[in-house]
Amino acid sequence: MKFCVCIKQVPDVQATVQTGRMVLNAYDASAVEEALVLNEPTGDPVDLVLVGGPGATETIRKALAMGATGATHLVTEDATDSHAVALLLSDHFSQADYDVILTGKQSQDSDAGLAGSMLAARLNLPYATNAVGLAIEGEKLIVTRQGDVGQEVIALETPCVVTCSNDMNNPRIPALKGIMAAKRKPITTVEATLPEPRTVVGATMDPPSREPGVKLEGEPEEMVADLVRRLDAEAGVI
Amino acid sequence: MSSILVFCSVQENRIKRSSLEVMSRARQLATENGLSLGAAILGSHASSLVSEATAHGASQVFTVSDPVLDAHVNAPVIAALEGILTTVQPRLMVAASTESVKDVLGALAVRTDAAVLPDVASFDLAGDSVVCERPVMAAKKLAATHTTHPLVFVSVRSGSYEASEAPVDGEEVAVPFHFDPATLGATLKEIVTQAGDTVDLSEARVVVAAGRGVRDEAGRALVQQLADITGAAIGASRAVVETGLFPATAQIGQTGKVVSPDLYFAIGISGAVQHTAGMANSRIIVAINKDPDAPIFDVATYGLVGDCFTILPLLNAALREAMA
Ligand SMILES: Cc1cc2nc3c(=O)[nH]c(=O)nc-3n(C[C@H](O)[C@H](O)[C@H](O)COP(=O)(O)OP(=O)(O)OC[C@H]3O[C@@H](n4cnc5c(N)ncnc54)[C@H](O)[C@@H]3O)c2cc1C
Repeated sequence: MKFCVCIKQVPDVQATVQTGRMVLNAYDASAVEEALVLNEPTGDPVDLVLVGGPGATETIRKALAMGATGATHLVTEDATDSHAVALLLSDHFSQADYDVILTGKQSQDSDAGLAGSMLAARLNLPYATNAVGLAIEGEKLIVTRQGDVGQEVIALETPCVVTCSNDMNNPRIPALKGIMAAKRKPITTVEATLPEPRTVVGATMDPPSREPGVKLEGEPEEMVADLVRRLDAEAGVI
Repeated sequence: MSSILVFCSVQENRIKRSSLEVMSRARQLATENGLSLGAAILGSHASSLVSEATAHGASQVFTVSDPVLDAHVNAPVIAALEGILTTVQPRLMVAASTESVKDVLGALAVRTDAAVLPDVASFDLAGDSVVCERPVMAAKKLAATHTTHPLVFVSVRSGSYEASEAPVDGEEVAVPFHFDPATLGATLKEIVTQAGDTVDLSEARVVVAAGRGVRDEAGRALVQQLADITGAAIGASRAVVETGLFPATAQIGQTGKVVSPDLYFAIGISGAVQHTAGMANSRIIVAINKDPDAPIFDVATYGLVGDCFTILPLLNAALREAMA
């Protein structure tokens, strides 16, 4: 099946200090990995598309180094609004022909989790979100998604859109051979204009800080007695 | 009069507490802004839940009772909500940020031309704007976000507001629903559940969460004991879910669920930002970790440095006695 994975470049949220280092969104990396694994037997293409600033080429190369076939870079200023991103992507896909479009289930930085399902609705395609497993069965894609209660197994007709969880797999780390090959892979660059956003991000603040806690060290019996006393007398939770 | 509509999530024939939390906040905003409050309930038992919605202040409860809505499949849920939204034309639709809600909001927004403020920690109406604060960067930051769009959907993280009752004489409005399964493009084949999957973590007053430090069946048994004694729901870190000891439904954090119970036990959990993103708003956090430098101690109210295999048997015995 012909796959295209929508990827995004995000800040490294794990870093204690933000240095401006940018990485491939972890959820998207899982989507790329899954597409590569599913298409390995047939050698069918796994293309990429990225909406973002000119500096995002680095992230595209990283996903190409994992083994993707080729990429389109829709060059915009940084996008913060899912609605605008989904519109750009749906324009891109209206001129393409894929069996399966994958996205990450959310971005590690903004955690909105909307672009994939908005894209599906714009393209009028069946979709599933929060997938933890994918399998091809004839013309259908079998999606296991993490729901509120257990995992839902859904057969989607293709073409379809699926948003992927990082619980799906552990993405490969590109080997040197892949990194070298990625340098020669085609990236189509398209200057794009972001549509009007529907939501506007204003000030960013620190969340309310927690009261400093107490750390108990020493003999286990004493720590436990101390804790139980505090849970009762101080915290009033037991 | 314009209105706020609360889309209620239902589990085991009850409205989820996280939905009632959202309803309580929506009621407050409706009163302050002279709006009416409605609720939307889907599924074959919808009518039996109307009284619970009116007890929390909904004066009109819009129901779609088709059994196709009993198990979650996104297309029929979207069709049902689209029907309700067309009937009600609210200013705002709010919902608890459950997996099922996350699954439909984006597509529903495209279908009904709405703006979405997803997974917020708080929200408000300010003149023409709907404003909110959303955790971003794995909840290390809060971003003030707003929209002036005429129709807005807001999904709210569980535990952001207190649920409270405020009974009104409400009425049920059954909304017609026509859904052609031939247009579905998707078939739900099965739902795979493991033991413990049906517990709604967001409802629990106490959560006992296990990490990779709880490395085996013996550790799991100790965690289960602590949960039984404290009446807790069991949560887990991603690393321990990967080992297969705990179901993925129990995962708490950026990929998993958001909880904010009164009491949270983190047992053998390092406290990576992607984990704390889902639990740092718990009122009291108890951490047990053998590494004194584990980052979980930065958010813990009470931190116990030591081996959980030594501490848990003692703690379980002491709590059993204290709570008897
Ligand atoms: C995009 C993304 C999303 C993620 N989402 C989530 C998420 O939703 N939830 C989540 O939890 N993680 C998530 N993670 C993973 C996260 O980064 C951590 O890897 C994970 O939380 C680690 O789990 P852990 O603390 O159980 O394991 P570890 O980091 O291995 O920590 C184990 C801890 O147990 C302690 N320990 C070991 N033995 C004992 C003992 N006998 N007694 C006491 N203590 C002991 C150790 O000192 C250590 O601190 C995500 C990661 C990414 C990249």
